[in-house]
Amino acid sequence: MTSIDTHHAVDGAASQPAVATWLTSADHKHVGRLFIGSGLVGLLGGLVLAVLVAVERIDAEGFQLLDESTASQVLAAARLLLTFGAVVPLVLGMVVAIVPLQLGARSISFPRLAATGFWFWLTGLGLAVASIIGNGGPGGGEAEMVDLYLAALVVLALGGLMVAGSVATTALTSRAPGMGLLRAPLFAWSSFVGSVALLLSLPVFIGTNVYLYVDHRYARAGFGGNMGVNHWIGWSLSQPFTYVLAIPLLGFVLDAIPVMNRSRLPQRAAANVAVGLVAVGLLAATTQSAVTLPWEGDGFFSGLGTKIADLLPFALLNLVPLLGLLGVLGGVALTLKSAKPRVASPLVFAVLGLLTILLGAASNVVYAVQDAGLAGTIFEAGSYVAVTFGTVTLAFGAIAYWGPKVWGRRVPDKAALPLALLAFVATALGSLPYMVAGFADQPAGVLDGFSYGGPQELWNALTAIGFVLMLLVSLAFIGLIAKSFTGGEVAGDDPWDGTTLEWATSSPPPADNFSEVIVVGSEYPLADMKNSSGKVG
Amino acid sequence: MLALPPAPQQAPKRQLFVGTALASAAGTMLLGGMLAVWLQFRADAPYRESARRGLIKDWMPEKIVVPEVAANMMLIAFFVVCIMAQWAVWSAKRGDRTHTAMALGMSALIGLAALNSQVFIWTQMGVVARDGAFHSMFYAVTGAFMVLLVAGLVYTAVAAFRYLGRGTSDVQIVSAHALYWYFLTAAFSALWFVVYVQK
Repeated sequence: MTSIDTHHAVDGAASQPAVATWLTSADHKHVGRLFIGSGLVGLLGGLVLAVLVAVERIDAEGFQLLDESTASQVLAAARLLLTFGAVVPLVLGMVVAIVPLQLGARSISFPRLAATGFWFWLTGLGLAVASIIGNGGPGGGEAEMVDLYLAALVVLALGGLMVAGSVATTALTSRAPGMGLLRAPLFAWSSFVGSVALLLSLPVFIGTNVYLYVDHRYARAGFGGNMGVNHWIGWSLSQPFTYVLAIPLLGFVLDAIPVMNRSRLPQRAAANVAVGLVAVGLLAATTQSAVTLPWEGDGFFSGLGTKIADLLPFALLNLVPLLGLLGVLGGVALTLKSAKPRVASPLVFAVLGLLTILLGAASNVVYAVQDAGLAGTIFEAGSYVAVTFGTVTLAFGAIAYWGPKVWGRRVPDKAALPLALLAFVATALGSLPYMVAGFADQPAGVLDGFSYGGPQELWNALTAIGFVLMLLVSLAFIGLIAKSFTGGEVAGDDPWDGTTLEWATSSPPPADNFSEVIVVGSEYPLADMKNSSGKVG
Repeated sequence: MLALPPAPQQAPKRQLFVGTALASAAGTMLLGGMLAVWLQFRADAPYRESARRGLIKDWMPEKIVVPEVAANMMLIAFFVVCIMAQWAVWSAKRGDRTHTAMALGMSALIGLAALNSQVFIWTQMGVVARDGAFHSMFYAVTGAFMVLLVAGLVYTAVAAFRYLGRGTSDVQIVSAHALYWYFLTAAFSALWFVVYVQK
């Protein structure tokens, strides 16, 4: 595809040692790769802890692996690592690496800010994990470690905020000539939406953490001390905020599936709207609490005014994001219906990941209805696992799809394909039994000392098997990436016969991304270029 | 293989201005969220009888007195900084280095006065963070705003150096700088009303 060498050295990077280049580079591809690599490590850490938690729950009244205080800290660390240590960096890594390429930009806006954001995030995460190890997580017994945990979360969120600001500014200011925001590829659009959602929600998280920190350090009067931490910031590790983190990867689904299908996405404008609807989940940040549906009164029409007043916020936070996800699924279904798809791993990861996120979102609607009697049960963990593992599955698909562009070599497709199916099975095993156990009133947030009617060991054992399977799938996928990175098949510039601008430059792209300024005339600029001249670059 | 030089850089479309607008939106959510929590705590507080105002919320302890003159002067200072920052934009657009430098200098000076007012308010109120929820939250919310204010002063210094160091070409940073001070003024207006007036 590209007939000229565009790999020119810039910034004297070639004269620096490789480690120094990695540590100091503000090239968005480097920053993206750092995020993705760190995210994969965080994912393994989170999954190991999740396995520990699940195993601990199997025999709730007998065998104990962890003592009470350690168990609560492991539980906190597992969610922290899976959400802020795995999902956030995997998503941000893909966004930082790919969005400027899709927009035809020479670099990300404020590249040093994005690089600083990575180091803030990494430092914050490291300090948060260290504080949890020192018994300082939510409900932790070491006061100074709890202070450190709260401060670390502020640093971590500041990092995310810097990256989100950089991405949103890129989408608004650095698009190729002729590329309106709605003409941008859907991954770029959803990354913009997701970044704006983070820009509006993470500051609320930071502000609450500042209150918690000052109160915990000096007064312990208003926020419940160490036991109040989850009450005030627990929303950031639960639904619907977890949907917000997944938003950019919905764009991967909407971009990759038409390419795999060798067709165009029908109802493209509706897909833009659907992604926007999912972002309504960011309102969870402004309410800082779960919005449930009481639906009090006998009969449908009894107290109808109150019911409608309760229904509106419930619908806004729980139904509207679900509607958006259904819209994305509708777009995918119409695309797949239009032609016979090429069955490759990105397609399978995309479809199955989207389905599991939908499962999580739909189950969360049930959880939020008070009459279902699920408040305080482990059902919420089932929804969380479905959304989080679904997002990780999408991230794996995005890596399989854009990995060749980011490091120039293909991820072995035949080996990756079964992993997509296994990830789906692992998610189902990890989430559905928790949902069933929730209906049987298994309490949330505890690992030992509960009992209820029904085969509680079976549900918890199935979940443990699901988590172990996800850990193995992740290990295998990381192995594939490592193999691809070090000696995989050379990808070429356009291995999927793509239609958007990231495939119009070499793989991996040069420091300045493009050797020419590309003027865009439609939503599929590379397809236009192929049709008109057959030469790009 | 032929190595070509990179293509000319596309001119970013008001990148700094857009970035500042997004940062201001994030700052609005930061302070908006903090003030919302503050108002929730105030709403949850019981009532008490005040000799001067009748039945009021028992949120701010009786013995604490807000130095209203300093708080009001701080608010006025922010509006004056906005005028100065806009004067800088007006001058920069006309390539008038002298007036731009003077306006940015005045912005920094009055911004420092606002910062001084906040420190004065802290010392005059004598709030001890360990004494209760109001006390710790007072320092949290005013401290968070102080960080944004210091960022504004740094922005003024950077804008001055960049504008004056590059001849008169970098007008964008001067207008982005003005936008940030507009945000700070709006944010402080909300904080002033909730924390110092409504108490």
